[in-house]
Amino acid sequence: MSGLLGQAVSLLLYRFLRLIFTGGMDGGSVMKLTGAEILIECLKREGVKTIFALPGGVVLKIFDMLHQQKDIEVVLTRHEQGAGHMAEGYAKATGKAGVCLVTSGPGMTNVITALADAYMDSVPLVCFTGQVPTSLIGNDAFQEADNIGLSRPCTKYNFLVKDVADLATTIKEAFYIATTGRPGPVLVDIPKDVSMDKAEFTYPSSVSIRSYNPVYEGNKWQIKQAAEAMAKAKKPVLYVGGGVIFSGASQELMELAELTHMPVDMTLMGLGAFPGEHLQSMGMLGMHGTYWANMVMHYSDLVVAIGARFDDRVTGKVSEFCPHAKVIHIDIDPTSIRKNVNVDIPIVGDCKMVLRELLQILRATVNGDQKKLRKPWWDQIREWQQANPLAYQQAADGPIKPQHVIKRLYELTKDMDPIVSTDVGQHQMWAAQYFKFAKPNRWLTSGGLGTMGFGFPAAMGAQAAFPGRLVLCIAGDGSIQMNMQEMATAVVHKLPVKIIVLNNRFHGMVRQWQDLFYEGRYASSDLETTPDFVKLAEAYGAVGLRASKPSEVDDVLKEAIAVNRPVIVDVPTDRYENVYPMIPAGGSNHEMILEDPPHLKTKQAGSGQVTPQDSDTILTA
Amino acid sequence: MEHIISVTVENKFGSLSRVAGLFSGRGFNIESLSVAPTLDPSMSQMTIVTSGDDRIIEQIVKQLNKLIDVIKVVDLNESNFVSRETALIKVHTRPEDRAEALRIADIFRANVIDSTPTTYTIEVTGDPQKIEAIINLLQPLGIKELTRTGRVAVARESIRATSVPAKKAVRE
Repeated sequence: MSGLLGQAVSLLLYRFLRLIFTGGMDGGSVMKLTGAEILIECLKREGVKTIFALPGGVVLKIFDMLHQQKDIEVVLTRHEQGAGHMAEGYAKATGKAGVCLVTSGPGMTNVITALADAYMDSVPLVCFTGQVPTSLIGNDAFQEADNIGLSRPCTKYNFLVKDVADLATTIKEAFYIATTGRPGPVLVDIPKDVSMDKAEFTYPSSVSIRSYNPVYEGNKWQIKQAAEAMAKAKKPVLYVGGGVIFSGASQELMELAELTHMPVDMTLMGLGAFPGEHLQSMGMLGMHGTYWANMVMHYSDLVVAIGARFDDRVTGKVSEFCPHAKVIHIDIDPTSIRKNVNVDIPIVGDCKMVLRELLQILRATVNGDQKKLRKPWWDQIREWQQANPLAYQQAADGPIKPQHVIKRLYELTKDMDPIVSTDVGQHQMWAAQYFKFAKPNRWLTSGGLGTMGFGFPAAMGAQAAFPGRLVLCIAGDGSIQMNMQEMATAVVHKLPVKIIVLNNRFHGMVRQWQDLFYEGRYASSDLETTPDFVKLAEAYGAVGLRASKPSEVDDVLKEAIAVNRPVIVDVPTDRYENVYPMIPAGGSNHEMILEDPPHLKTKQAGSGQVTPQDSDTILTA
Repeated sequence: MEHIISVTVENKFGSLSRVAGLFSGRGFNIESLSVAPTLDPSMSQMTIVTSGDDRIIEQIVKQLNKLIDVIKVVDLNESNFVSRETALIKVHTRPEDRAEALRIADIFRANVIDSTPTTYTIEVTGDPQKIEAIINLLQPLGIKELTRTGRVAVARESIRATSVPAKKAVRE
């Protein structure tokens, strides 16, 4: 009782002090705040509503102050990696910076994977880490780590705050750097004494960093060159990536595609930038892209890359990449241009602004002639589409095909505008192939780093940002176990994420490569048993469901969607299904493997094939 | 091809490790790197000697520019420049070699900056070839220790520009 009373009094006191302080700022009277309070004030001014956090010794002061306020919700995760990925999911779904807070030493080292992931995929993130008191830094103190040294190669920038008087400016700069230019993670390391020391608080209204000035407007002459090349190209393709989504340029992209009548290839990160069901959408390109998306790239005479970075999973063998094409590359990051492939017309700038300029020129110069000009190109594309469509065979009494589950999930939810996250592996590629997105910011996946364990916490981050929306996490049985502990967080914070586990008891993509390139020796890819995911969900207080036969898939998915609690749907699938098309690593884009080679077919038809009953041999408690 | 890149960075803790980390992380070569504060103590000047084909050098320059602490990057090979390096060479001298050591130093306009009965420490400044040459000559006498600064370089000013003593902003 007295504790409660004390809490109420201190809350009131805090509110009162804050009132004086905010009221007094203009009047010039000065209020000193602790570093922890300054941090919270800064977060509020940055519009942060939710942070993902896990406490520890040196950040207790900050958590103590967070506990005494109501404006910022603290989602307590079970592992710091989870906190990092949740912040990423939040950022990818909202377009705003995600925020996480962890302690020193192991807290910080645990969050590194998420930082590296965010850095590769350009996700705006501000990560606060605790540090031992400044007097102990470098002494190998308890739970000390060199946070700045450790995070340097996997953050856009990082700060060690040595003086509480610098804290507010540092945080302002951190948010500014994370969200401007090519976005990325920024780490702010706060020693314990800095969080407890007091300083006058003023939040800078603007930031100016003399050595950091991102370029937003593209070079006008280059844009004119690009427009001319686009207007007369006979076999052009738009190759769009995640940059279009971060810059909010989907509207402009749509107009550009329709005006110029060009096919649109999307990267894994770019899915959603252009509607997947649009007639001009070619779907995803690259290693597991559609046949026609890759053929379009290979045979094009003009590649217009927008916010994409010619990753090796897209280019395949660089020397044979787009042999006939001129390349226009629009990107905000100059280092992306000419890093992997030669570019004829480079344009450094923000996708949205450059596309607007481009459109202005093209609107005046092209007038319906584009459709006629590109008729032969489209005839060719439609031919490719018919020749090798995405395909699988779902027998009514056979094992469940993973593609079937994703296809049905898509069809059942497409009117609900769901947010979909994935882990990494076969299920991710099938999701990219079969789930179509009408709008950006619906697709959360780990592209560059390929982080298994990303999907579930990322989905939770998105759910925290949009409590009312349907959030799905498509996972494999291998990857879901990498951050399974966050189910406790989901239950406590009422984040009703629906996890669909495509359960083949394999690290499926590893198994696929072993079948194709290592003569079928399954070195450490066979998981043999997986936990009973239904019971596991129930153990956490979530809902567990299972579809064991193809005929049950629809009903179980519908049931999962209808529940307003976290759900795991366990779907034992065909253990030996492979992802096609596939361009072998280092292969050329037009040389795709389209189906299992004959030796695999015979092998899988024989002893390897599993019946639905077999596939249900799961570990029971 | 060898390139000399001049980098102006914020004089903050960690700036050097960001630049050095960029080179090691991306597999770029560093032949030498020298760094010291500029006239404005808030900035440091680095001279990096590196090598690579045009595409690699382009990436190095872009990646350096991308670092938040980097204020300005100039590839000096794009214009004329002068570069110098200093070496301190401690030569072991037997009595009969001492005159020879001094003669060599004299030829290269090097200074003897420390001396003991059995050693001379010689300071020599010049381009890398000159330093290699004096090292080659001193080697038979016995070099006890050798330390080189790495090159520093600066672009040659065009004659018209030097005649105007304008106060130039540091940033372009």
